[in-house]
Amino acid sequence: MSIDNQVFIQNVIIGLTVGGYLALIALGYTMVYGIIELINFAHGDLFAFGFFISLTIFAEINPEIPLHGSDLYFTLPAVALLTMLLTGSLNLAIDQIAYKPLRKAPRLAPLLTAVGISFMLEAIYAIWKGPIQIPYPRYFPKEDYMENEHVISFFSKLGMDITEWRIVSFTTKDLFLFGVTIPLVALLTLFIDRTRIGKAMRASAQDREAAMMMGINVNRIIASTFFVGGALAGVAGMVWGLYINSGRFTMGFEAGLMAFTSAVLGGIGNIRGAVLGAFIIGMIKAMSDSYIGSEWTRVVIFGILILMLVFRPSGILGSTQSIEKL
Amino acid sequence: MRMKRYLGLVLLITIALMAMPAANHGSNAVKPVSAQGEKIKVYTSWPLSGGTQAVGESMLKAAELALAHYEEDHDGAGPAGFEVEIVGLDDASPTTGAWDGTIEAENAQRCVNDPECMVYFGTYNSGAAKVSMVITNEAGIAQISPANSYAGLTRACETCAEGEPDIYRPSGEVNYFRTNGTDDFQGPSDAAWAVCLGFESVYILDDTQAYGKGLADEFERHAEEIGLEVAGRASVESTDIDFRALLTDVLASGADLVFGGFVLDSGGPQVIQQMFELGLFEEDVYFMGPDGMASPALFDQIGGVEIANDYVYISFPGPLPSTLESEAGVRFYQGYVDTYDEEPDPYAIYAYQSMLVILDSIERAGVADRAAILEAMRNTTEFEGLSATFGFDENGDATVSGFYGYAVGDDTFIDGTLITPTMHETCEVASD
Repeated sequence: MSIDNQVFIQNVIIGLTVGGYLALIALGYTMVYGIIELINFAHGDLFAFGFFISLTIFAEINPEIPLHGSDLYFTLPAVALLTMLLTGSLNLAIDQIAYKPLRKAPRLAPLLTAVGISFMLEAIYAIWKGPIQIPYPRYFPKEDYMENEHVISFFSKLGMDITEWRIVSFTTKDLFLFGVTIPLVALLTLFIDRTRIGKAMRASAQDREAAMMMGINVNRIIASTFFVGGALAGVAGMVWGLYINSGRFTMGFEAGLMAFTSAVLGGIGNIRGAVLGAFIIGMIKAMSDSYIGSEWTRVVIFGILILMLVFRPSGILGSTQSIEKL
Repeated sequence: MRMKRYLGLVLLITIALMAMPAANHGSNAVKPVSAQGEKIKVYTSWPLSGGTQAVGESMLKAAELALAHYEEDHDGAGPAGFEVEIVGLDDASPTTGAWDGTIEAENAQRCVNDPECMVYFGTYNSGAAKVSMVITNEAGIAQISPANSYAGLTRACETCAEGEPDIYRPSGEVNYFRTNGTDDFQGPSDAAWAVCLGFESVYILDDTQAYGKGLADEFERHAEEIGLEVAGRASVESTDIDFRALLTDVLASGADLVFGGFVLDSGGPQVIQQMFELGLFEEDVYFMGPDGMASPALFDQIGGVEIANDYVYISFPGPLPSTLESEAGVRFYQGYVDTYDEEPDPYAIYAYQSMLVILDSIERAGVADRAAILEAMRNTTEFEGLSATFGFDENGDATVSGFYGYAVGDDTFIDGTLITPTMHETCEVASD
């Protein structure tokens, strides 16, 4: 296979990995918007919190690097659950303290509060871990499937010699990233589709007052939306840390902007739109970095955002005031 | 009640107006300050927080050490009998963790407004110097940098912007000096060094900043001149942390070396780390970086020196602290290690050396007068530095400066060699 094709395949893999973690963040943006019409600008920083808190928990446990045996099958999921719990709780607390009292205020008020929370969190991270590049130890065992003899013999039966594809790599880490993000996205969709709380969320999004009159505890529903959104962003931060092994206190801002753009691209308030948007943005980022030049990537991404807002403000799959139209 | 409030406002405005002349009339501040003043302040300005915090703190310690050593040699007295105080200012922004032009301008203005401030000692980042130089130049205060290596600050060069360096000298006088070498020398030296190391094709990256891009431009220009193939050129967003797609392109380009015009907080550590992660090192693609990454802090930020061993090269304007051989150099290194119980950052050498130049200038001026001290600094000749004896030329550059190339191996910087832009003519290219 030619070098150009290999580069393209590798970029598709990179685009999908970026899309995977962006999707988890974008879901939080879109859910919160769907239910209280707030663009929660602090949401990206919860992603960073997931990164930092999981790093801290791992440092406390101090497992052998790379993880193996029981550490891999029990400690890792336990850390993930704890990270989700803590990040979800943080998001819940932020809502209770900073957004809830402003529920009836003009929309600009909670929006500005959200921006304020975002700056606060970033400053706290900078004090906590230092405003420098933070290495995330290579906990997750890495093996390149392109060098695995079973994979090589499988492809050679198809008449392809993948040992010559020196550009393409697909490792256990890539699989891990997909293995966490895709099932979580699917689970969330099912959760909103099938469960009572999910139904209540859809009802509250559609018409808060009517839902209240039907006996739904809307405050509790909003609280659970924040919790779930935060937990997803938190686990995204942890998975991304294990994957890319590096971060900094502003990483949430960067990721948040991309995820927000994804949510708008797909149609804000629309769950499937957020996921689709995230994968499109991930793909654009990878292709732009490689083919246009990474200095142009932001121009391309935000150019698309502006075009979308001007010509199709409802996004690809259609925005919705409610998350009912799944 | 309303009247009272109004009066309060008037009072406030009056106070504000009274405070303003000091700020606005910077250009008139050349007038001598009472020579009887017992104290002279030296304001330093470089990052003391953020990505280059470790470097900045080490430089400040080195400056303090230089002062202590000077007083030790003069029976406890400061230069010309003055008590010298170092005021350490931070020019990094708490929100970005990197140097910030607004903060740098405020720092320079503080020095100008303080009648006791005689020398402005900074900056670390060349971009920051572009901001403060104009302010200190108008005020007629001597400014000396321990680290700036962008050539355009002191003289015109091929890749410099138009109008440089005159745009930084509104008064037309030279008031800015540096004791370290410049990028227009470092970039070409690195390119020639790369040829000598046996590299054939290079992919050049930069962080779009004055220092990083300027250096990458110089490297590229010289590489083309001496026949080192340039396989690609790209700039990165310094706050990004994911360079995998770009590095895939690097791998596909067939380059055997990545040259990165970076500093510690602008993406350099991530590029090294992801080159390792993506298997570029395994594919025998190496990394070469400039002095902005020459710090032991680099090893922490990439998550362990072991991934950089044997695959990373870094250049630096002079020998590293532990390899200094002159008497003054050994005294600096030993003194630093004994006093602070840690290894000095490579740039601490230049902070120490520049501080000695400042003290020497005050001694020769003999008065606490900005113009006299500036004149004395301009006339620095035959100054015994840590690695060479030098003076300042008419542009404010040190007359002697050489770059050294280091490899990363055995968990540290090793194999220091003098590198020059013409070394490719005589070096024996490694057979492998």
